[in-house]
Amino acid sequence: MSYTIIVFVKQVPDTKNVTGEAMKPDGTVNRAALPAIFNPEDLNALELALQLKDRFGAKVIVGTMGPPNASEVLRQSLYRGADETVLLTDRAFAGADTLATSYALSCCAKKIGKFDLILCGRQAIDGDTAQVGPQLAEKLNLPQISYVEEVISLDKNKVRAKRAIEGGFEILESPLPALMTVIDANDPRPPAASRLMRFKKAKTKTELLAQHAGANYTDAEFIEGEMQELKKKSLWINELSATEAGADLERTGLKGSPTKVKQIMSVILKGGTFKKIEPTEEGINSLMHELIEDHTLG
Amino acid sequence: MSEKIGNVWIFIEQEGGKIANVSLELVSKGKELATKLGVKTEAVYIGNNLESSVSTLYHYGCDTVYLSEDPRFEPFTVLPYARTIVSLVKEHRPNIILFGATHKGRELGPRVASTLLCGLTADCTDLQIDDFDDKIGQKQYKNKLMQIRPAFGGNIIATIVNTWQDPQMVTVRPGVMKLNDPDKSHKGKLVKVKAEIAPEDTVIKVIERMQKEKDIDLQAAPIIVAGGYGLGSKENFKLICDLAKAIGGEVAASRAAVDAGWINHDHQVGQTGVTVRPKLYIACGISGSVQHRAGMAESSKIIAINNDPDAPIFSVAHYGIVGEVNSVIPKLIKAFKAKV
Repeated sequence: MSYTIIVFVKQVPDTKNVTGEAMKPDGTVNRAALPAIFNPEDLNALELALQLKDRFGAKVIVGTMGPPNASEVLRQSLYRGADETVLLTDRAFAGADTLATSYALSCCAKKIGKFDLILCGRQAIDGDTAQVGPQLAEKLNLPQISYVEEVISLDKNKVRAKRAIEGGFEILESPLPALMTVIDANDPRPPAASRLMRFKKAKTKTELLAQHAGANYTDAEFIEGEMQELKKKSLWINELSATEAGADLERTGLKGSPTKVKQIMSVILKGGTFKKIEPTEEGINSLMHELIEDHTLG
Repeated sequence: MSEKIGNVWIFIEQEGGKIANVSLELVSKGKELATKLGVKTEAVYIGNNLESSVSTLYHYGCDTVYLSEDPRFEPFTVLPYARTIVSLVKEHRPNIILFGATHKGRELGPRVASTLLCGLTADCTDLQIDDFDDKIGQKQYKNKLMQIRPAFGGNIIATIVNTWQDPQMVTVRPGVMKLNDPDKSHKGKLVKVKAEIAPEDTVIKVIERMQKEKDIDLQAAPIIVAGGYGLGSKENFKLICDLAKAIGGEVAASRAAVDAGWINHDHQVGQTGVTVRPKLYIACGISGSVQHRAGMAESSKIIAINNDPDAPIFSVAHYGIVGEVNSVIPKLIKAFKAKV
C-alpha cells in the first residue's frame, strides 16, 4: 500500500537575518530587502514526509500559497524528493490572515482529493503564529497532532507519533487521515544534485507563458504542446487560482480575514537611565554599593 | 453600542488540577480589561476533579467559573476541549477569550477560532482596550481589544484588531502579564457545565506520556544572571553559575549559549525561550539580539557586561560595563562578598 502525503509549505522572508536596510524609516519592514527562503520548519515537515516515503512508500505532494515566484520553494521540494507540487496563487489570496490562509489551503487539499496525511511546519518565521496547521485540520475535520518530532509507526488505519509537550513528550495515536505539525527535530536533507539538474526546469503555467512572451509562436497550441511535454517529464508545477481551487472569494485574502493590522512599529526597547560603569575594582565596588543600598541585592 | 457586550473569558489551563501560572496571569489581565469594559471576568475550567481549585480563580478575580468535568478530558487532547469551549461560546457570547500561548493554548485556540470563524492573534505581549478606525474598510469600532505582539522574528511590534463579530480571541505569552495579589475574600459563582464530547472527538489516543517539572522556574526568580556566547566556552560559562550562586540568583542564557550546548533550553530567555521580568537581570557576554531583549527588557534593573561598546544589549541596560566578562565577573563576586 502506498500513502499519499500532502506537505504545505511557505516561502518566507528571512526574518532571522534582518539588517538595518530591511527596516523602512516608518518602522515597517521592507520585505523586498529580505531574501525569500523556505520556511525552516516546513523543511522539517517535508523531511518527515520523505522519511515516510522511504520507510513505507508514499506519494509526496507539496503545496504552497503565495505569489507566482513562490514556485521556488516547490522546486526546492522537488530537488529533495517531492513527487508533485501545486502552487495556489491569486490576487484574491493576498492579505490573508491565518483563518483565510487555512481556508485556502483546505480548498487545495480538497482539490487534491484523497490523502492519508497532511504535514505542515509548526509555524512560519515571519508570523510565528503556529495557527494555520490546527485551523486547517479543523477546516478539513481532521484530527491533529501538533509539535511532532517523529513518526513511530504508520499503517493503513493509523499513525503513531512522538510529539513535544512542555517538559517532556507524548506518543499519540490517530486514525488516518490526520494532520500533523512538525517541529525542528530532524535534519532536512539537502537537495540531491541529480534531482536539482532535472527539476530546475520545472515550471508553472505563468512561468511557461513568461518564458515564451514576445515570441511570435506563442499560440495556444504551442503552449499546450510545451505543457504536455513538461507534464510527461514530471516538470509541471500545478498552478491554481482561487476559482480553480474552488474557493469562495468571500473567504479568501483580506476579505476573508477577521484580523486587521492597526499599527506596526519597529522594536525600540529602551532602558531607563543608563549609567556607564568602569570595569575596574572601584567601578564595580561602587555599582555593588548602589545595588545593595537600593535593596536590589543583599 | 446598542448591543450589550459580552464578558471577558479566560481559558484556564491545568495539569492534574494544578492551575498554570499563565492562566492566573491572564485572569489578572482579564480582570483589568473587564473592568474597563464594565463586564464580568469569567473562567472556563475544563478537566476532571477540579472543584477544589475553583476558589483560587475567584481569589485572582474571576466572577464566574464555568466548570466542565469529565474523565474523557484527561489526559488533555484537543478535540474534546475544543467542542466544549465552542458550545459554551455559542451559548454565552463572550466579548474576549484569552488563552495562554503554551503548547496547549496554541493547539486548542486555533481549532476553536476556526470553528467559530473568528480571528485569533497568537503570542500577544500586551492587550489594551481602544477604538479602531479602519481606514481601509472605512468602519469605526468602539472599545476593541488591541492585540499587541511581536512579528517578523521580533523585529516589529504589530497591533492587531479583530473586526468580525465577537469573540476576540488571543493567545498570550506566559510571564508577560503581571500577576495580581490574590484576594481571599473575593467570591464568585460556579456554573457547572455538561461536557460536550462527540465520539469522533476521542479518536486520538495518548499511548505514552513523559513529563517532568522544569529544572528551574526563571519567571519566579527575582535575580537572574544570564550568560551568552561572549563567554567563549562551557568552562567559562561556569562563571555565570558562580556569580548566580554568590548573589542568590538563577542561571539563564541566551539562545546562542543554549545552542552551543553550555546549558539546557529550560534556561533560555527570549523569543523562543521564556520571558522574564526580575528585579535584577545581569547579562554577561550577551550581545542582545532583538529576540533576547524581547524576553528580558521589562526587568526592573539590567546590568550588561560586554566587550563591544556597541552591543545592542546596552540599549536596554541601566548599568553598562564595557569589558571582558571573564575578568569582570570575578570582580563582581569579590565586591559583593566584601559588601555583605
